[in-house]
Amino acid sequence: MDYTYSLLILLLPLLSFLVIGLPDFAGNKYAWSHKTAGLIGTCSIGLVTVLSYITAFQYFTAPRLADGTFATLVPYNYTWLPLGNLHFDLGILLDPISVMMLIVISTVSFMVHIYSFGYMHGEKGFQRYYAFLSLFTMSMLGLVLATNIFQMYMFWELVGVSSYLLIGFYYGLHAAVHASKKAFIVTRFADMFFLIGILIFGYYTGSFNFSFTGTEVHIAEGMTAFTTCDASRAAAAGGFILPTALVLMFIGGAGKSAMFPLHIWLPDAMEGPTPVSALIHAATMVVAGVVQIARLFPIWIEYAPQAMEIVVYVGAFTAFYAAAVACAQSDIKRVLAFSTISQIAFMMVALGVCLPGHHGAVLDNHAQLGYMASLFHLFTHAMFKACLFLGAGCIIHAVHSNEMSAMGGLKKYMPITHATFLISCLAIAGIPFFSGFSSKDEIITACFEHSQFIGWWMTGVAAMTAFYMFRLYYGIFWGTENKELHAHHTPHEAPLTMTFPLIFLSIITVGVGVFTTLGGFMDWSWASFGEIVSAAGTAYTVHFAPQVAITSTVIAVISIALATYIYKGEKQPIADKLYKTFPRLHRWAYKRFYMDEVYMFVTHKILFRFVSRPVQWIDEHIINGLIDFSAWGANEAGESLRPWQSGDVRQYAVWFLTGAVALTLVLLSIL
Amino acid sequence: MDYSQFFNMIPEAGLIAVLVIVFLADLILKGEKKHSVLSLLTGALFICQTALCFYAEPASVFGGCYESTQAANVMKIILTAGAFIVLVMSQSWLERADVKNKEGEYYELIISTLLGMYVMISSGHFLMFFLGLEMASVPMACLVAFDKFKKNSAEGAAKFILTATFSSGVMLYGISFIYGAVGTLYFGDVAAQISASPLTILGLVFFFSGLGFKISLVPFHFWTADTYQGAPTAVTGYLSVVSKGAAAFALMTILMKVFAPMVEYWEYLMYIVILLTITIANLFALRQKELKRFMAFSSISQAGYIMLAVIGNSAMGLTALMYYVLIYVAANMAVFTIINVVETRGNGNTKMNCYDGFYGTNPKLSFLMTLALFSLAGIPPFAGMFCKFFVFMAAAEQGSTLAYLVVFIALLNTVPSLYYYLKIVKCMYINQTETPLPTFKSDNNTRFALALCTIGILLFGVCSCVYDWLAQAAGM
Repeated sequence: MDYTYSLLILLLPLLSFLVIGLPDFAGNKYAWSHKTAGLIGTCSIGLVTVLSYITAFQYFTAPRLADGTFATLVPYNYTWLPLGNLHFDLGILLDPISVMMLIVISTVSFMVHIYSFGYMHGEKGFQRYYAFLSLFTMSMLGLVLATNIFQMYMFWELVGVSSYLLIGFYYGLHAAVHASKKAFIVTRFADMFFLIGILIFGYYTGSFNFSFTGTEVHIAEGMTAFTTCDASRAAAAGGFILPTALVLMFIGGAGKSAMFPLHIWLPDAMEGPTPVSALIHAATMVVAGVVQIARLFPIWIEYAPQAMEIVVYVGAFTAFYAAAVACAQSDIKRVLAFSTISQIAFMMVALGVCLPGHHGAVLDNHAQLGYMASLFHLFTHAMFKACLFLGAGCIIHAVHSNEMSAMGGLKKYMPITHATFLISCLAIAGIPFFSGFSSKDEIITACFEHSQFIGWWMTGVAAMTAFYMFRLYYGIFWGTENKELHAHHTPHEAPLTMTFPLIFLSIITVGVGVFTTLGGFMDWSWASFGEIVSAAGTAYTVHFAPQVAITSTVIAVISIALATYIYKGEKQPIADKLYKTFPRLHRWAYKRFYMDEVYMFVTHKILFRFVSRPVQWIDEHIINGLIDFSAWGANEAGESLRPWQSGDVRQYAVWFLTGAVALTLVLLSIL
Repeated sequence: MDYSQFFNMIPEAGLIAVLVIVFLADLILKGEKKHSVLSLLTGALFICQTALCFYAEPASVFGGCYESTQAANVMKIILTAGAFIVLVMSQSWLERADVKNKEGEYYELIISTLLGMYVMISSGHFLMFFLGLEMASVPMACLVAFDKFKKNSAEGAAKFILTATFSSGVMLYGISFIYGAVGTLYFGDVAAQISASPLTILGLVFFFSGLGFKISLVPFHFWTADTYQGAPTAVTGYLSVVSKGAAAFALMTILMKVFAPMVEYWEYLMYIVILLTITIANLFALRQKELKRFMAFSSISQAGYIMLAVIGNSAMGLTALMYYVLIYVAANMAVFTIINVVETRGNGNTKMNCYDGFYGTNPKLSFLMTLALFSLAGIPPFAGMFCKFFVFMAAAEQGSTLAYLVVFIALLNTVPSLYYYLKIVKCMYINQTETPLPTFKSDNNTRFALALCTIGILLFGVCSCVYDWLAQAAGM
């Protein structure tokens, strides 16, 4: 069984990037037509999707190893830079996480490619847009397929660059430029810690590889040896080294995954085209932090279980904070952005609560649950959140505004968007038979295993999720219609290129939901996500804890009912009254609890004034002086040397001989 | 005599064949088509020659006079490829009326010098080496004087030949000292018998000064600026890249092989010369207003960096040296190709200020020039950064305090070099002028040469296979 074709998964999007991008870069007259460019991009991603499905089928149907895990395969491994024992490799690693991520990325990316045909129709820079989408897809696939942390970091940065390029796609708009800069700077700031973490890790363990001592790696024939990373070497160097390295790497992951307080870039990133938000800032790139922790999970568990608590509490706070902000936003993309932050925080918490401590050193079933649930939520969230964003795109396309005030009553104009949006809202709210229920319920069960506090806390956040999502839903599709605006421009359903991805993604949401919900209650092993991805690698059948399932369902239903009661009607007396009673709270939440202002204060008022200004003064007066002095000295020296180069050949010969003799004398003096 | 020994000298035999074919073609061909046929033929032969070098095996023939190693063969590939780029880029200049009728001579002279370099880098005997060196120098003087009706060109050539003669004399003197001390001129025998004494040290320094002249190391560099400025730009490119690379390689192998017992002396010598070279060349380069003269000082300073690899005195140093030369070929030839095309189109002007506003009129050429200059300055991620890194590493591996000090000072010297390379970039992008150079379309040959160089600049650094290939050849 070979996977030689897996290289194509990376090469095709790269090729498509070059084929679309280079002529466009060369000038308008060389660029492909809109249609051709779009087709090249979409077809190549379509092929990648097919290849990913084939890979997944081949991988998950292959027999398991003797110990019940799936084989970790390395079809390609190329040593790029050898530096003594440590080397930087580039390759492809297939294991349950990467194969699962292949499916998520290629599916969402393919849907977004199709969708963009309609959404970006006639936009200036259409070719550039598709080129960047291909670049992003390539980078993201490379990130999950990486065989080692360093390769992951390289693609991690590429992902950051393509995100920057796509957020700033409308570079004529000030807000877009500002947002792209902000996203890049904040994530780069976090990545700095990631890099330091990687270097510490590599230095002490002697390898960057993801395969850890004890895992069996199957390398394709003809490949060089694949060193496994021996973490015990680092542990021997000192107990704090690995936890430090891991926490530093987590900061990098927190930056990309928009964890508090590094979340500030994500809401602004919504300035990019909406399909981009769906692909990058909802489904794929922002979960890179989760993937990173899941990848390094064996090391976290064995060498830094205490540090895991940081992940838990950062995640738990972020989940609550983002949900609270989402309740007060009026821009629909911002609501979805904060909802994304909150949901990723769910995944983080779920990873963090996998502590072996409660049940002995070895991971048992309960501790495994969180890991599995986190990645399962990653999968389901990618599908329904992409669907929500794409739906939001259809709505924005129809009413030409992001503000909820321009919407309301769109139900009758856009039936398909409405239906798919509702399905996704139900999924994210955690209603049984929709995919979000299965994953979120498992996360909450895992949280209760960790502690009652975290369990109830996350249950509360889940309730808030249901509430703000239905506030959004009713605000868009029900409620008062903005007649004035709609008379001017009647909203209409989006074209098929845009509705097809919605339908496709909601079918996945419902399908996965039905099977896993039934499976969870009936103990069907084949319908359990734990069959393919689990912490120990062995098959793991999910079984719902009835009390948690019932509690969370009831709470979700109550929240939805509350949202219905408040926001469904044409008039919203309760909402107005609430708003009047707690104006300050609303303003705080609307302003995102002034986190941006805090950053501004810290950077401008404190850093710039008390650090940068003095440094600037030193730079201007002392360092510049020194530099000017040495430049002046060099110039003067150059000037005074000039007569030396006189153009007189006889003089050259004299210097030649003098030089030779002088050198001889120096050498003789050391004899 | 056993003529079959020539079969072990594949690169040289092949190049002689190329020389004969080009010579005959030059005689036979007549009429309108001559230029295109001759240039295509030469180009094709060069490609064959490069391919042929891949088949060369290490050999020792004629009683050890000729000794070719794997590394020397790889070096020949690099030199031939460099000469090929020179031929391609000089096409636009060769179309000029007063040069066109001498086209054949130009090719023949280039091939002869290349043959001399081949002999130089794979000799096993001092006399053989000297022959090669002279074979590489004398036709070079003709090449420098190729624009013989231009005063500059003639002056440059006169200075070149006079200094070359002088340095050859000093070198022969040095070789005779060595012969006097050990009684043999075979490299292997000298290495076995030589030991440090005033006589051999004098021999070493005098021998070194001859090669120092070819590599243009301070204080043997004075001819460089005048000759580089006077010579036709294509020839300047050839001098600064191919000729220098061959001499640097020869110097390193001879120091490592022949003067191995005197290693502490020649390393001392290298420390002094490197520091002088890099520092003084940088000081001169800072003030230059004339681009070709500027490139002369830039190439002197680059030679100093190449010599850092020699300090390494190891297979790794040899690898770093070849790698540096390879990348230097790409970056420097790109710069000279652009200088050449600007000179041809811009009435022979090579002043730096004639590049003011160049970006406005020729954005693509400015962009490629910027890439090449960035590579020369060693800015990542271009190849130049990698080759600098490897020579620094090779020198630092040597491990003595002095070596670290030299590396440190060389590192400090990259700062002013960054400044003067960026000065040209500033001219092109920022300086504005009323009369920028007009927009022109470069011909296909220039484009081809630039494409080859740019691929080198972008890929040689990132593709580790190139370095691996050289490392394997150097026996690392």
